[in-house]
Amino acid sequence: MLADKDRIFTNIYGYQDWGLPGALKRGSWDGTRTILDAGRDWIIDQMKASGLRGRGGAGFPTGLKWSFMPKQSDGRPHYLVVNADESEPGTCKDREILRHDPHHLVEGCLIAGFAMGAHAAYIYVRGEFILERERLQAAVDQAYEAKLIGKNNVHGWDFDIVVHHGAGAYICGEETALIESLEGKKGQPRLKPPFPANVGLYGCPTTVNNVESIAVAPTILRRGPAWFSGIGRANNVGSKLFGISGHVNTPCIVEEAMGIPFKELIDKHGGGVRGGWDNLLAIIPGGASCPVIPAADCEELIMDFDGCRAAKSSFGTAGVLVMDKQTDIIRAIARISYFFRHESCGQCTPCREGTGWMWRVMDRMAEGRAQKREIDLLLQVTTQIEGHTICALGDAAAWPVQGLIRHFRPEIEKRIDQYSANPHSDPVPVAAE
Amino acid sequence: MSVRRLAPKELQPESFAFTAENLAWAEKTIAKYPAGRQASAVIPLLMRAQEQADGWVSEPAMRYIGEMLGMAPIRVYEVATFYTQFQLLPVGKKAHIQVCGTTPCMLKGAGDLMKVCKKKIHPEPFHLNESGSLSWEEVECAGACVNAPMVQVVNEVFEDLTPEILEGIIDAFERGEKPAVGPQNGRKSSEPVTGLRVLTSPELYDGSMVGKGVGLAAAREAIAAREAAAAQPKPVEPPAAPAKPDAPKSN
Repeated sequence: MLADKDRIFTNIYGYQDWGLPGALKRGSWDGTRTILDAGRDWIIDQMKASGLRGRGGAGFPTGLKWSFMPKQSDGRPHYLVVNADESEPGTCKDREILRHDPHHLVEGCLIAGFAMGAHAAYIYVRGEFILERERLQAAVDQAYEAKLIGKNNVHGWDFDIVVHHGAGAYICGEETALIESLEGKKGQPRLKPPFPANVGLYGCPTTVNNVESIAVAPTILRRGPAWFSGIGRANNVGSKLFGISGHVNTPCIVEEAMGIPFKELIDKHGGGVRGGWDNLLAIIPGGASCPVIPAADCEELIMDFDGCRAAKSSFGTAGVLVMDKQTDIIRAIARISYFFRHESCGQCTPCREGTGWMWRVMDRMAEGRAQKREIDLLLQVTTQIEGHTICALGDAAAWPVQGLIRHFRPEIEKRIDQYSANPHSDPVPVAAE
Repeated sequence: MSVRRLAPKELQPESFAFTAENLAWAEKTIAKYPAGRQASAVIPLLMRAQEQADGWVSEPAMRYIGEMLGMAPIRVYEVATFYTQFQLLPVGKKAHIQVCGTTPCMLKGAGDLMKVCKKKIHPEPFHLNESGSLSWEEVECAGACVNAPMVQVVNEVFEDLTPEILEGIIDAFERGEKPAVGPQNGRKSSEPVTGLRVLTSPELYDGSMVGKGVGLAAAREAIAAREAAAAQPKPVEPPAAPAKPDAPKSN
């Protein structure tokens, strides 16, 4: 188990003062000027050496991402955009940073902004997080007040932070959709290239990072990359906020070491599976888009990027959803299909039409009102959506269905048999939309 | 995708204008964005308009904001219909209950919460109850999965609910009261309900963590090394002003 002294977010539950005096006492804003004085290249080298991989789900190395920004400005301003549009079902870690430890993020914005030559940062908070947004704004105001950021601040790098918000669109967590939304448009992802590092917000070089990636940066730089990379396994280093939801005895958010065995995570922090370990049916390891992992594979599961990939799933944002044997797994995944149908932005046909189609079939399968050959048809359609859209929402909608069929095909067949064994009146056909 | 349309004409008010207070706030908000990029403020402004007009956005409000931001009306309609937090129909004046129904909440009993809403408010979402004071809807993940199941009412979040507690909350709203927000099972936020298992060491909070980082020592070494290199006279050129391309500009 990660020792308390190695935890970055020491006020994640909000038991202490979230404001500047409390944050200073917990070590925020300590030596920030020294870090900036060491220079842009030094910061990026340290971030690369720390091995930090982006905490928003894809796991792209953060230091490398920062280094993609042009070294010299061509006259256009550079922007840092922080993605606080946390909307993946099962994920609620950034919320705790925003409302309980916001100064980690504010300080991280200054350091990351400096490292990429940006004088402004936009933090895009999801629309539903209203109190969280107000808390973050209050922390930003405190930092302005204390001259930690703003014009002529004590750090010698003019820096503005704007707290912006969305209005309930999951797709705005995709970086180019987020940029579109920030520009005041519908959040529909852009074609890439050009990548945001060249043409991003307002047509200027932009880097979009997850809240947690930015918020851990100051502590990593203060304590040194060797400290951070000493936690966890090679290529999967550091500490990470895990969310444990669903059928466990004590659902919670906890900062743990990457590479913690799943069983340890659930037993130590989640209070164990409801009804005991043997009552475990399956888990979704990192948010709704990750394929399910059945209980048999959870026994030895290591919770990090490579560990979840070995189980044919994905680590995502480490928001673990635990399902016990009382769960209707087909209904649970059908609800995820409904979520993606609801959140598709409508831009690409395979996703706009496919997510609705998948949901309607999944909905019938949850009842058993389907043909067994439709299981293969459904699987085949998922592969026609996956990889055929501008952004990854199509993929994200396809994976849970693929995971369900891979691990629970007998369950679907049993449901179909049960349904067809009983007489039913013909349902009223529903038109596609 | 969700298909959403503006409210029918007969429900739309004649006109819309911000109150003086909201207008001042709007001007301040628009000024946060670079010159010529005022369209960025469309979501915050629509949200404020929704708050001002009993929880929903009317067509005159969209046009008003479009004019304010120099946007064609259609661009504002697009935004208002795309983002599902904007209510396009009148909602309950006292409370519009948003029940999260996505899988993590569904597994913890969001269905039972919706049954309560159907019983106490209206069998259908987006319909007002008889007195017009309450309405409800099912929303997609509201981002409080470890506190499931939950409902949101404007800016207030009620977590770790049971159907009985939700009934009490709805009754309180109906009476015009402000029920207690946050987790309803006794915990403070997202820690285990049985109490803290981590973050119990007092030295995290007594200031003894400050000034200890080995990373800071490395930063100081890097600065010293660079300054030493800059101070070193180069063989060919005479020593010029120390070049520090990466140093922050001093103001």
